[in-house]
Amino acid sequence: MLKQDTYDLTTGAGLIACPRCDALHIEEELSLGETARCVRCGGVLARPQSGAFTQIIALAITTMVLVFAAVFFPFLEISRMGLGHGTSLFGVAIALADGAMAPMAVALLAFVVGLPAVRALLLVYTLWPLARRRPPYAHAVRAFRLSEQLKPWSMAEIFIIGTAVAMVKVAGLATISFGPAFWAFVALVFVSLANRSFMCVTTVWDALEDAGASTDGREKVEETKPA
Amino acid sequence: MTSPSLDGPVTDAPEHDPNAFPADHASAPILTAHRAGLLGCRSCGRVWPDDHTVCERCGARLVPPDRRGLAAVWAWLITGMIFYVPANLMPMMTTQTLGRSTDSTIIGGVLVLLKHGDWFIGGVVFAASVLVPVGKFIAIIWLARVAGKPATVEDAHTRLHIYEVVEFIGRWSMIDVFVVAILAALVQLGFVAAIKPGPAAVSFALSVAFTMLSAQSFDPRLIWRGLPLHTRKD
Repeated sequence: MLKQDTYDLTTGAGLIACPRCDALHIEEELSLGETARCVRCGGVLARPQSGAFTQIIALAITTMVLVFAAVFFPFLEISRMGLGHGTSLFGVAIALADGAMAPMAVALLAFVVGLPAVRALLLVYTLWPLARRRPPYAHAVRAFRLSEQLKPWSMAEIFIIGTAVAMVKVAGLATISFGPAFWAFVALVFVSLANRSFMCVTTVWDALEDAGASTDGREKVEETKPA
Repeated sequence: MTSPSLDGPVTDAPEHDPNAFPADHASAPILTAHRAGLLGCRSCGRVWPDDHTVCERCGARLVPPDRRGLAAVWAWLITGMIFYVPANLMPMMTTQTLGRSTDSTIIGGVLVLLKHGDWFIGGVVFAASVLVPVGKFIAIIWLARVAGKPATVEDAHTRLHIYEVVEFIGRWSMIDVFVVAILAALVQLGFVAAIKPGPAAVSFALSVAFTMLSAQSFDPRLIWRGLPLHTRKD
C-alpha cells in the first residue's frame, strides 16, 4: 500500500497517465466535488461526486424499467382512410426482419434497447456492493470495462430524433399518434443524460481497486490522520 | 494532480501546492508516460512498466502510442468509405402509394423534404447522412496523416478538439437508418401506402459502424508528439 503523494517512475506506481495525451500525473485522492484536469490537454481526469454511485444505481434501475415499457407497449400508431396500424418496438424490428434485413433488425434492437439495458445491468452489478461499502462481486472489473466499451453503441437518444424525423416524413401521408412506449423512450433519454453527468470513470476504477478487486497492493489509501 | 519531473524525487513525496495550479505548471516541461519508459492505460489511466501488455487494474490491452496503431484506423476507415458508396447509389427505401412504387435514395429523400418546405428536418437529415459522414472521413484522414508529426501546442489542441468532435458526432449519423426502420414498420397500410427498406439502409448502417470503429481505434496520444514509425529499440 502506498501513502499519499508517493510515486515510482520505474514501475509507474502512484502515477496516472492522461488517456488523451499521455502526460504523467501524480495520483491523488480528490475530495468530493473537486475536478482534476490534465496539465497538458486540459481534459477531465477525475471528478468524484457525493452519492454518485447510489444515483447511478437508481438511474440504472429506472433505465431497466423504462426499456421494458419501451419494448412492449405500443410505440406509434398510424391511421389513414379508416386503416389503422399500431406498432411496438418489436414491430419495428420485425418489419425489417425480411430475409437479408434480419441481421439489421437484430442490430437495431440491440443498439436501441438491448445495449442500454445491458449497460444498466452491468452498472448495477459493479456499483451495488461499492455503494454499500462491500467488496465488489466477482468479475466486477470485467463488467465495468464492458459497460464502458458498449457506451458509444447504445443509441436510444438517436432513435428518438429518428422518430421525430419519421413523424415529419409521414405527416402528409397519414395521422400519427404517440403510444406510451414513445414517452418511455423520451424519459429514457433524460435518464441516460443524467447518468452521464454523475459518471466519473476514474472514480469507479479507484473505488473498485480500493474495495479489493484485482489488487496488486499498489492502490492508494487515504492518509489516516491522527486524532 | 501535478506533473512529475524526471530528475525529481523518485519515491519521496514532492512539494505540492494545489493553489499553484495552473500558473506553476502551464509552462513547466511535461513528462509523458512514453518518455519515462512507462505505458499508460487508455481505459483507466493506470501506469505500468513498458513490458506489461495488459493493465492489471482494468484488464484493457496496453498499447504504446506509436504510428503502428494507425493501420487499424485506415483499415476501418477504408471499409467505411467503401460501404458509403452503395449507401448513396442504391435506394434507401421503396414507397408504394396506390399501386405506384418509387425508390428514394438518401439525397432523393432530402430533396423531397425540401420540396415540401420542411427545411429544418431536411437540413437535419442532410447533415446526418451527408455532411457528417463525409466530414468524418475527411477529419479522420487528416488526423491519421498528421498524427505523430511535429506540431505546436495550439495545433495539438485543435487536433484533439477535432478528434473529440468526430468521436462524439459519429453515432448521430444513424438517424437516417432509424428513420427508415420506423417508416417501414409504421407505414404498412396495404394498398394505400407501404414502405420497404432498401439495401442502402444496410450499407449506410455498416458505413457508420465502421467509421465509428475507425475513430475509436485512433489513439489521441499520437496527436501530442512526433513519433518515429518504430521504437528505437527495434
